[in-house]
Amino acid sequence: MRDVLSQSEIDGFAEDTPAVAEPVVKAQDLNLVFGAGESAVHALKDVNLTINKGDFVSFIGPSGCGKTTFLRCIAALEQPTGGSLTVNGMTPDEARQARAYGYVFQHAGLYPWRSIAKNIQLPLEIMGYSKAEQGKRVGEVLKLVELEQFGKKFPWQLSGGMQQRASIARALAFDADILLMDEPFGALDEIVRDHLNEQLLQLWARTNKTIGFVTHSIPEAVYLSTKIVVMSPRPGRITDIIESPLPKERPLDIRDSPEFIEVAHRVREGLRAGHAS
Amino acid sequence: MKTVMSFLAVLAVIVGFWYAACVPMNVKGLLDAAERAGEQVTPATARERRDAGAFGLVVGNTFVVSRSWSVDRPRLPAPHQVAIELWETTVQKKITSKRSLIYHGKVTLSATLLGFGIGTGLGILLAVGIVHSRVMDMSVMPWAIVSQTIPIIALAPMIIVVLYSIGVQGLLPKAIIAAYLSFFPVVVGMVKGLRSPDHMKLDLLITYNANTAQGFWKLRLPSSMPYLFASLKIGIAASLVGAIVGELPTGAVAGFGARLLAGSYYGQTVQIWSALFAAAILAAGLVALLGVMERLILNRMGVKA
Repeated sequence: MRDVLSQSEIDGFAEDTPAVAEPVVKAQDLNLVFGAGESAVHALKDVNLTINKGDFVSFIGPSGCGKTTFLRCIAALEQPTGGSLTVNGMTPDEARQARAYGYVFQHAGLYPWRSIAKNIQLPLEIMGYSKAEQGKRVGEVLKLVELEQFGKKFPWQLSGGMQQRASIARALAFDADILLMDEPFGALDEIVRDHLNEQLLQLWARTNKTIGFVTHSIPEAVYLSTKIVVMSPRPGRITDIIESPLPKERPLDIRDSPEFIEVAHRVREGLRAGHAS
Repeated sequence: MKTVMSFLAVLAVIVGFWYAACVPMNVKGLLDAAERAGEQVTPATARERRDAGAFGLVVGNTFVVSRSWSVDRPRLPAPHQVAIELWETTVQKKITSKRSLIYHGKVTLSATLLGFGIGTGLGILLAVGIVHSRVMDMSVMPWAIVSQTIPIIALAPMIIVVLYSIGVQGLLPKAIIAAYLSFFPVVVGMVKGLRSPDHMKLDLLITYNANTAQGFWKLRLPSSMPYLFASLKIGIAASLVGAIVGELPTGAVAGFGARLLAGSYYGQTVQIWSALFAAAILAAGLVALLGVMERLILNRMGVKA
């Protein structure tokens, strides 16, 4: 199933591929209402979704469809008002306390007073890793995002794309099994974005992490994902879940293949249907 | 170059205005002296001159204009008189002399720095409490604001009397008055600074399950540095004012405040003005020093000030 795994020994991040689907995130009839009465906003309505171990799941939809809100629920940054949600079989808050996930925000949000290496070290300091372990892990993830040369640089000395890579390294540093990414490349230009998408896929293949990825871009969602969740607003809900037929190995030019175009078409249809209703 | 030129232009205007103001300010005293010396002045007697306007007297007695800038005890001394007094009481006096402004400056400076230290420490502690505790936010902040609405000149004698009655005197009462003025900008600036990290940065710490102390040391405190330095610059100037005010009601024998008081007792306006300028120069120096520290520290932190 995962023929790329052979490359992974380099970094020691690899884990055995599960033979059967192992649910990592499970949402059942999940609801989230902000506010009350007249001004209440139904951010999530009856969301049912299972994310299995090793999945790359993209959430796509227009603004206000609840895709970021759902990701934040998984991260226990928002509290659902109804239904059930488990992460690694725990409540999201327990999972957060167990440091089950790394979170990447739309903006890199690096601390300007820390070098890149020190920024990546931040979660390790907070989680109480030993100095030696901190140094080792920072070195590993810097290599993973191809920033080995830039550890001593400060954030302002790096381009936006490099800063975002550093923030991904920061989320990977403590080796959580789940990586949650909220439009991580939304602020970057197309070319940088393509490159980072390619790198992200390689990284995913090597580390075998479960990834939740919020995006606005149809090509990005189709190119990256094993599962695409199409959402629509007012109330925020899931309108379609597409299992991607694309192979795990994906060169950039796969985007011209008929399968890719077909999936993209289905996503577009889903978005349009959600908009019309 | 352009900034130097504009600085000099503004300075020239101020000095010019000052020299001009010396003429009407000093005219009555000069005419009295001239009358005593038997010179012809119009109007001839002090009684008639008392109700006359200063400008009218200048126009009627143009010969006094040239004397306006070298009066012995002027109402308004000319800039060069103040400059000469400053030079004589700093460079040309031994610093152990009671007439040396450096001696007086050191007395005031020690109270200023001690007060600044107390005020800054107190301000930071209060700000940390306010940011982390809603109860403190609701209860301390109003009192901090109220404390600054009381004129310090009214409060200073009471602080000194109360402290004296419990046996505290000398440097500390002045320092406490200085601290009273300097803690406030630090509280306000630090509260703002400690709250400056955006939601994303705070959320990131939540995803790491960081505790409050870690959030404080790793994020809030470093984020607050630019705000802290802005506050410190205001705080140290306020602290100097506090120290000088603290010297006034005690009849202190040393310090800029004592110098100002002695000057006003004996009508020595030149002495008052030179003490004022010495205080202003000291304040400017302290603020500049903090500015240099700010640049060094913020540059090291990778934050462009």
